[in-house]
Amino acid sequence: MHEMGICDGILKSATEAAEAEGASCINRIEVTFGELTQIVEDALQFAFEVLRQDTIAADATLGITILEARSRCMDCSAEFRHDRYEVKCPKCGSYLCSLLQGRELRIESIDVD
Amino acid sequence: MKIDISKGILAHNDALAEENRLLFKQYGVFVVDLMASPGAGKTSTILATIAALRDRYRIAVIEGDIASRVDAERISAHGIPAVQINTGGACHLESAMIRRAVEALDLDEVDLLIIENVGNLVCPTDFDLGEHAKVMILSVPEGDDKPLKYPGIFAISEAVILNKCDTMSVFDFDRDAFDAVVKGLNPAAPIFPISATKGEGIDAWTEWLTARIEAMRSAG
Repeated sequence: MHEMGICDGILKSATEAAEAEGASCINRIEVTFGELTQIVEDALQFAFEVLRQDTIAADATLGITILEARSRCMDCSAEFRHDRYEVKCPKCGSYLCSLLQGRELRIESIDVD
Repeated sequence: MKIDISKGILAHNDALAEENRLLFKQYGVFVVDLMASPGAGKTSTILATIAALRDRYRIAVIEGDIASRVDAERISAHGIPAVQINTGGACHLESAMIRRAVEALDLDEVDLLIIENVGNLVCPTDFDLGEHAKVMILSVPEGDDKPLKYPGIFAISEAVILNKCDTMSVFDFDRDAFDAVVKGLNPAAPIFPISATKGEGIDAWTEWLTARIEAMRSAG
């Protein structure tokens, strides 16, 4: 359940940004995850429901966007989507690939009043 | 009103990890984060590594566990400085915990710092501690299918240690199948088959570690 730690990070960043703008409540928080991270969406929503209590985000919703994993082949420069089990160029079969996206853990924006 | 933030959720952890990295650089300390399941043989592997490298490097250990001082006491019994972190339920170490633990060590007297992460194949994966290398240990009794079930940790480890290799035949561990999946997840990672308690295979692992330490030192 490291989603609790992740969620704590989300709420900290959101609260800091909201307070810096003098906002009194947070309506929505948008986050982005790469599909190669160890985040379980349901576990994160659960952690959010627990941790948002008694904060200015008590009534906020959490929007989660998941980014697919993509890499570039270092041998033939092909870019391709892949799963978390095998990073292998579909064009030339090389395993020498560099990750373009898929390990993000980012808070994008908040909506406040 | 919409406010753009666009920053890493773990920015706080990552910033402290960067501070740790600078601190380790300042003192010339190489730091390795060992991750594995409970019972895979993290502490035994550390003891075997200490036995192999203690004449060459001054070693210290940070032990991460949910509770108890058992592991730190095992290490201290060998005359090696050991700091125990009790996470009190948390399933992984974070950079702030490492920072606090390091304060109990005299970094001037340390060349190699080994961090034993909390026994877990999932949660330590996403947390940068400021280490130079993350290395994982899988033990043979856990089964050759573990890279299929826990791909994340295999993908981010710079090396994979396969411990308890003396039990391979008892557990019908398919080494070829294991190696093939690990290669698909992480083609650059070497696999070191060892038996930590019997001292088998430790040479290849410690040679790799020594090469990494020396590479860091020559890079300044």
